[in-house]
Amino acid sequence: MKKRVTLKGAAAAAMATAVFAAGTSVLAEQDPTVKEMVVNGEEVMTVVADPQPGVSELDKLYDGWLFRSEETQALQMDDFENPGMIFVEQAEEMWNTVEGSEGKSCASCHGDPSSMKGVRATYPKMSPSLGKLATIEMEVNNCRENRMGAEPWKYTGGKMTAMNALITLQSRGMPVDVKVDDAVRANWEHGKELYYARTGQLELSCANCHEQHYGERIRADMLSQGQINGFPAYRLKNGKLNSVHARFKGCVRDTRAETYKPGSQAFIDLELYVATRGNGLSVTGPSVRN
Amino acid sequence: MKRAMLSMAILVAGTVTATAAEIAPNDVVFNDGAVETPLTDKPGDPAAGRKVVGTKSLGNCVACHQVSEMSDVPFHGEIGPSLDGAGDRYTEAELRAIIADAKKVFPDTVMPSFYKTGPYIRPGKAFTGKAPDGPLPPLLSAQQIEDVVAYLKTLKE
Ligand code: HEC
Ligand code: HEC
Repeated sequence: MKKRVTLKGAAAAAMATAVFAAGTSVLAEQDPTVKEMVVNGEEVMTVVADPQPGVSELDKLYDGWLFRSEETQALQMDDFENPGMIFVEQAEEMWNTVEGSEGKSCASCHGDPSSMKGVRATYPKMSPSLGKLATIEMEVNNCRENRMGAEPWKYTGGKMTAMNALITLQSRGMPVDVKVDDAVRANWEHGKELYYARTGQLELSCANCHEQHYGERIRADMLSQGQINGFPAYRLKNGKLNSVHARFKGCVRDTRAETYKPGSQAFIDLELYVATRGNGLSVTGPSVRN
Repeated sequence: MKRAMLSMAILVAGTVTATAAEIAPNDVVFNDGAVETPLTDKPGDPAAGRKVVGTKSLGNCVACHQVSEMSDVPFHGEIGPSLDGAGDRYTEAELRAIIADAKKVFPDTVMPSFYKTGPYIRPGKAFTGKAPDGPLPPLLSAQQIEDVVAYLKTLKE
């Protein structure tokens, strides 16, 4: 991976003795290019990929899974161990549950969840029915409100995120392939601007942490590239599935900034941009993180 | 001279406590990566500075820097260089400049500016994610900056 100059080498060596006592396996200690992610002993994920030119300053793409401890990695490689799968099961039930004034469930129109194959790999994208750039959450609520006559779900709520995980799972292993065409180019440019904006009193941009310093520890946490191909993410820390916008919000808050709202245009555009930074990696969600 | 006038102005405004005259964030003079004049009259206290460096709600310097002497504080980061020997590598005036506003010394650095009041993009109220109620004070006070400088001076190889 990209090696940075400065005194890092010496610092890292000192760190190895000083604080690696916790016994976690980290990217710095192994060649990420030889680490394989095989789910359920058979599904091989692409966790290292070449970036699409012109999208970012990254010279290799790494799935966030590579930056986690051996134990956390193992949880994601077995669907029986992955706590995110409990929520997928719940979503399967919701998929078949009739709700709203039209007497319909998701299944009424879409049949089996497997009909959602490919969706997660290509979103956010221009939605013909909404007439604007849409995330999966927006499409789900569009169906609920306008096709089922049901109440919309909270953008980062448990039901929404579980449903997103079910939809995501149908694309697992497919390469992320989010397009930037003329219809969404302005959104993409806006998202890129936000990615490089140094926000808050700490004046830190997404790029400061996830492009310039991935593979390095910030306090106890090992910084990844902040990729979203693994979302939704089950976090051991809060014991639930976390959506992309909830994660963005947490990261922006940590710069001592006033955050954007989940579901806001700013975060939709940022999601589009961040998604394209991961084009070529496999869809790996629902992932497991610390 | 400038400081004397400044502290008088502050006294007139009635905002300063009895202890020390301070140089306000916007009045700090950076010269070639150094700030010669201490920000307060009261000499820095290395023990207090050590606490600022190691405490999350204060400087939280260890989030990004490793300090061997601070092994009692768990989890040091590796975003910035180790601070071991910082007292040998830099003069007091240089350390003061780095802590007060590292961007004046290392352009575009990720290191936050600790003695600055803006302008910021979307400033927030600490780690709440909310808009602040009014103008934000600098991340560290003038005295805390002096304390941190005093602590860093003790870090010799
Ligand atoms: C102060 C440093 C910092 C900044 C600035 C920051 N992040 Fe993060 N981010 C983290 C840390 C620490 C984690 C948890 C470890 C990891 O996965 O990198 C994280 C995790 C993430 C993840 C989860 C990755 C995964 O594989 O689970 C995403 C996505 C992300 N960040 C996106 C962003 C975006 C987008 C921005 C800017 C709006 C941003 N981050 C700004 C520190 C930061
Ligand atoms: C978000 C990360 C971050 C935080 C927080 C941070 N620093 Fe830094 N610091 C850096 C980086 C990165 C550099 C290297 C300068 C550059 O960007 O080239 C640096 C450089 C320094 C240097 C010069 C070291 C050398 O040997 O060249 C000193 C001294 C220093 N920091 C002290 C501090 C102190 C004291 C604090 C807290 C009050 C602090 N830093 C907080 C990231 C940080």
